[in-house]
Amino acid sequence: MMTTDASARALQLNAEGQLRHFLTIDGLDRPLLTQILDTADSFIEVGERRIKKVPLLRGRTVVNLFFESSTRTRSTFELAAKRLSADVLNLDISTSATSKGESLSDTLLNLEAMASDMFVVRHSRSGAPHFIAQSVTPGVAIINAGDGRHAHPTQAMLDMLTIRQKKQRFEGLKVAIVGDVLHSRVARSQIRALNTLGADEVRVVGPSTLLPREVESLGCKVCYDMRSGLKDIDVIIMLRLQRERMEGALLPSEREFYKVYGLNTDKLAYAKPEAIVMHPGPINRGVEIESAVADGPQSVILNQVTNGIAIRMAVMSMAMSGQRAQQGLETGVNA
Amino acid sequence: MSHPSLRIEHGRVIDPVAGLDAVQSLLIRDGKIAATGAEADAAHADAVLDAAGGLIAPGFIDLYCNLREPGNGQKGSIASETRAAVRGGYTTVCAAPDTSPVNDSSAITHLIRDVAERDAPIRVLPLGAATKNLAGELLSDMVGLSHAGCVAFSNGPAPLVNARVLRRCMAYAKTFGMTLMLHPQNRSLAADGFAHDGLVTARLGLLGIPEVAETASVMELILLAEETGVRLHLSQLSCARSVEMVGDARARGVAVTADVAMHHLVLTEEALAGFDSRFHVEPPLRSEGDRKGLIEGVRAGVIDAIVSQHQPHDPAAKNAPLGDTEPGLSSIESVLSLGLGLVERDELDLVSLVRALTAGPAGVLGLTPTGFSAGQVADLCWIDTHAIWTPGAQSLFSVGKHAPILGEPLKGLVNRVWCAGEQVYTRQD
Repeated sequence: MMTTDASARALQLNAEGQLRHFLTIDGLDRPLLTQILDTADSFIEVGERRIKKVPLLRGRTVVNLFFESSTRTRSTFELAAKRLSADVLNLDISTSATSKGESLSDTLLNLEAMASDMFVVRHSRSGAPHFIAQSVTPGVAIINAGDGRHAHPTQAMLDMLTIRQKKQRFEGLKVAIVGDVLHSRVARSQIRALNTLGADEVRVVGPSTLLPREVESLGCKVCYDMRSGLKDIDVIIMLRLQRERMEGALLPSEREFYKVYGLNTDKLAYAKPEAIVMHPGPINRGVEIESAVADGPQSVILNQVTNGIAIRMAVMSMAMSGQRAQQGLETGVNA
Repeated sequence: MSHPSLRIEHGRVIDPVAGLDAVQSLLIRDGKIAATGAEADAAHADAVLDAAGGLIAPGFIDLYCNLREPGNGQKGSIASETRAAVRGGYTTVCAAPDTSPVNDSSAITHLIRDVAERDAPIRVLPLGAATKNLAGELLSDMVGLSHAGCVAFSNGPAPLVNARVLRRCMAYAKTFGMTLMLHPQNRSLAADGFAHDGLVTARLGLLGIPEVAETASVMELILLAEETGVRLHLSQLSCARSVEMVGDARARGVAVTADVAMHHLVLTEEALAGFDSRFHVEPPLRSEGDRKGLIEGVRAGVIDAIVSQHQPHDPAAKNAPLGDTEPGLSSIESVLSLGLGLVERDELDLVSLVRALTAGPAGVLGLTPTGFSAGQVADLCWIDTHAIWTPGAQSLFSVGKHAPILGEPLKGLVNRVWCAGEQVYTRQD
């Protein structure tokens, strides 16, 4: 049996250690994550051109396979693919094939028969993109656009890009992640990315009902109150809270959550004066964060959105390149 | 019918009940053990078998095995799965009641027995459903099922969630001296989880089942068994704390026995690290501490039996994202090898392993333990403990191809099996 890291590494990297799927941050080392950030940096300029296109994926077909709806993530992946000159097909699977009883394997077989080169997958089950990566024909790259509670690696990397832009480094940084860590795929990926990139300390802040058991094993400290959680913090990442958490008896009410864990100007003062505030969106104003903070000078929430396209362009181009290199290695032909 | 007598020579003969562990001969005559040791050596035999370097053990007894018949032919049949069982060294398997239809009527019990009589090379002992359709609401006709041949009663994988029904079920079973084999799980605490709530779920974001979902149920079952006086057997424990509770209860005189599936003795939550659906089992694979606690339970005899918890599936049941797959391993052919692996790693001694596969489960069922005392029915297997095999889709007899260690070489293969004096299996390489 393999450990999480070993199995994730084996699945995601080609024989030369290049990315060929992007499923999770687990198993990826610091140079590779830095390479993703550097590549994304080089793509930011593309978004500022009059003609926002580069030909890296020209003639390639990217399929956005969304088994769970997400307008924002899907739009940024679509834009990223189009800026790389790929042909893009958007499939909302939740309302089509599987609802007619077709198995995921059969859906994949049909899509592969359409000669797709890349699947961007969003699924409600943790590990679904892993399953797909193990099932598809070699040569097809899988990008995880969020699976269950497991991982949302491109979101984590766009957050890392934003942090690097604002702080120029990871060493010495203290980062607090606040709210519903238990259900958050983003938080798991962020914690892993921050630790790999060399952050000094990662804290998770929330009530026990919203923290996974053994959460410290992810590489973070647990704080149950905002004062100790935000003390000397450089980066605050607020997580989205969903209404069904109240119905599931994980929380008494949104009002009480906001009172204890909502980020307002008073609580922001616990952090360092130059601390930045992040949120993966969409924001619940007055539940996770007050408008004065969300729209305030320390907020970098809109920078995150902009960076999302550059990160997705970087990951897509690197995975496609890694797949081509692997095919070259297998066939002995320089692809 | 008379059989030619057979002397098996030079094998390491283990009989945990008789306290026998020695290299010696064994004589089988008229389907029974006729003699051991010097007496066997001195007696005439029509045939002689040299088992030098091999192990001779009583035939294994499995307390919980899914044979899938009637109703789930795509997953297996009595014929296919008992063939897999005999290959694993088993001479007796208890057929799980969660067939389709459920074994909650005498007609189904008779059907299972009739098919087994025709198709199975070994004994099949049906387990009756403790409640009608395993729904946990109405008691099944336990007396009728018992007369039809059910040896104990189980609610299958479904825990009895209604404590009042559970208490009445126990009281009724006690009235007739029946054994209740129940899988402890608090359904509301387990909710829709499918993995151990621990390190791996924290990392992979899987839906967890906390230990307390099992331990709270173990305590409830023990307290109710203590009150009603029923013979309670706890099926498929997965937590070290559960073993402690069973030990404590037994020390104060509660009639409680317990078993553990072999895969819980060799695998941990780490097996799910790659989202591998083969390791989606119920109860889930737990922590290393739990694994060690369970092994200690077997060693100390608090855990009476090791079961296969064999659950063959068709490929479609396992070919999906982890949380959408069906729980269960195709395990009966690899139980012995995995157990021998524990012995090789000095985690368990061979006699304890054999006891938990033979005399232990016999005791739970109230059967005379299989063994090698003169006059006992000859149920035994000859094992080559050094043979290497690799479980794979081609090599497994079971319809289910999702074995716990697929594609990895394992040590230990059964050469021959005798059931009720008849040789029912010969290894073909």
